[in-house]
Amino acid sequence: MVKTKDYENARKYAGNSGKRITSMKKTILSLAVAAAALSLGTMSAEAKVKACWIYVGPIGDFGYSYQHHQGLLEVQKELGDQVETAYLESVPEGADAERAIERFARSGCNIIFTTSFGFMDATNKVAGKFPEVKFEHATGYKREHPNVATYNSKFHEGRYVQGVIAAKMSKTGVAGYIASFPIPEVVLGINAFMLGAQTVNPDFKVKVVWANTWFDAGKEADAAKALIDQGVDIITQHTDSTAPMQVATERGIKAFGQATDMIKFGPQTQLTAIVDDWGPYYVKRVKAVIDGTWEQHDVWDGMKEGNVVMAPYTNMPDDVKKLAEETEAKIKSGEFNPYTGPITKQDGTEWLKPGEVADNGTLLGLNFYVKGVDDKLPQ
Amino acid sequence: MRIELVKRPQQSALYSALSPFIALALTLIAGAIMFSLLGKNPLDALYYYFVDPLREMWSLHELAIKAAPLILIAVGLSICFLSNNWNIGAEGQFIIGAITGSILPVMYPDLQSWIILPLMLIMGVIGGAAYGFIPALLKTRFNTNEILTSLMLVYVAQLFLDWLVRGPWRNPQGMNFPETRNFHQYAILPEIWPSMGRANWGFVFALVAALVAWFMLSRMLKGFEVKVLGQSPRAGRFGGFSASRMVIFAFLVSGGLAGLAGISEVSGAIGQLRPTISPGYGFAAIIVAFLGRLNPLGIIAAGLVLALSYLGGEAAQISIGVSDKVVRAFQGMLLFFVLGCDTLIHYRVRFVGSTAHKAEVSHGNA
Repeated sequence: MVKTKDYENARKYAGNSGKRITSMKKTILSLAVAAAALSLGTMSAEAKVKACWIYVGPIGDFGYSYQHHQGLLEVQKELGDQVETAYLESVPEGADAERAIERFARSGCNIIFTTSFGFMDATNKVAGKFPEVKFEHATGYKREHPNVATYNSKFHEGRYVQGVIAAKMSKTGVAGYIASFPIPEVVLGINAFMLGAQTVNPDFKVKVVWANTWFDAGKEADAAKALIDQGVDIITQHTDSTAPMQVATERGIKAFGQATDMIKFGPQTQLTAIVDDWGPYYVKRVKAVIDGTWEQHDVWDGMKEGNVVMAPYTNMPDDVKKLAEETEAKIKSGEFNPYTGPITKQDGTEWLKPGEVADNGTLLGLNFYVKGVDDKLPQ
Repeated sequence: MRIELVKRPQQSALYSALSPFIALALTLIAGAIMFSLLGKNPLDALYYYFVDPLREMWSLHELAIKAAPLILIAVGLSICFLSNNWNIGAEGQFIIGAITGSILPVMYPDLQSWIILPLMLIMGVIGGAAYGFIPALLKTRFNTNEILTSLMLVYVAQLFLDWLVRGPWRNPQGMNFPETRNFHQYAILPEIWPSMGRANWGFVFALVAALVAWFMLSRMLKGFEVKVLGQSPRAGRFGGFSASRMVIFAFLVSGGLAGLAGISEVSGAIGQLRPTISPGYGFAAIIVAFLGRLNPLGIIAAGLVLALSYLGGEAAQISIGVSDKVVRAFQGMLLFFVLGCDTLIHYRVRFVGSTAHKAEVSHGNA
């Protein structure tokens, strides 16, 4: 990894400061900050923008963190010499996150992407200390400083399409759902899957197993086996390993890939996958830092903006494929929102009137099931 | 051919003292080989690993944050291990301490006074000690294996915390995400020197605990009792010491210290309860306890070394792009060499041909 001159200087300053008295250190630090600010203003070819990523899992998970890392690689490809990148993987949420983020801020990163919900408070704390650095936090809602932006994707749009496919393909009329944690994002997905399935088969059932992990191949495989033993013949997952896909292959049923195209782990098994494509967003935001046009925002993009992409529809008859493509097109064009009434809650009370569309605020805090989900939401 | 370990008639005092340093040196050499195999310059890598995190003041503060829970827990564990009680459940005692300590700021957020923080710390200690009391009671009453019971209670504690932060203790303003409300200002463990970094008083607690434990073990009758009962329960009985009271004492102390570490971590470094609050401190502290040769003063040094390996792992990841797995490989090598050195100081290796010898053979290790 090539270091820039500024980076080296900042390191030198910071290295000396520890040995001196406080006031001296403050002077030097403010000099260093001023130097960094100056260099930001007059960005030249030799002073690259440094973009940094913090992942909650290993980049080899072939799921969530892997997919964020693909975004980093796309930034490298698209912006080439203008940008320098770095990343930390498997950063635990909690006290360690704050240190990891601060280390990045101090090592000369100009923009830092913190890619897991649990990094929210740490991101905001460090952002307060480094007003010159831009922070982008995925899937959270706190923006306590002007240099913190948040971003998220409407993965549940893809779940809706999956639900339609599942109801068409299933013989038993029951699908299995391996869920990670009962947070709104996951509940949104389960409900969207259910709603999609109900458009085909109003009596369709979804069984849910909570794995209480984002990435644990063993637990995920166990969950898949338990679901198959209960008679489901299609599996979808909101966890990150490829284990459920492999179990589904062994037992000869169909499954959906998660976060990334898992077709090579189940060539005869995968129907489609929801692919998180963070690349366009990352390129756009890093470019904004290079151009000096970066501004705080809160975005929740989906299929329309290209953040949520469906992997090729495979292992299904043409009529199902056609229906899936139509559903996808309807959502992608913005014509249809999966959360459009009439929708009844699991307890039988009315949630959305016919034609009524749920607002984003409600969806981002969703903590109840819609009618038909065969599970009690842990809370 | 067989390999046997034969007890040495005499143990070298010099090598016993040098053992952790030899282990450290061997780890460095093995680490350098590992880095060369990964295609990195080993000197660069070791520099980023062990020197870079020590060059800046904020980073030293981070070192103290990371070392504090390791030292606190390991000091308690040393008393357990010295008295031959195998408490593997410090992780669970850490979590329960964090939970009981958080009762006030989470359930009664309107109580705001300076008295809250001391109460939280005391409740954390009590919670951890009470949780440690369970395997102790099971051992003394029903003669259960404390390794199993204390370990299994870790999972119970983790799931209990998970249930709390998703259910009854979930932040009402938190958009349904699994975390408690943020602690108010009176419930936050203050930073020692805020202008320099964010290290909190947890590190001071760790140092005090280590000093008190050292004094007890080396200067007080209780410390003698711990060691006698650990090395020879029979001799301890002749001395009038009660083995079952020692079990309970050791578990209460180590549970209490783990609980203090838990509430210090939550109120100091995190500021709220979340589904996971420890990246395995309770287990890493076992390495720290042995690396420190079960001596509380040695444990301070060992805790700092292990904390450094976490920080160095990050620095190396950023600077030379090695995987985070290297950190764990490093820690594994460190424990391996420590145990290896200790074993070889107490035993020598003998290769035995197919005609078996009858000798004093030990299958155990340090």
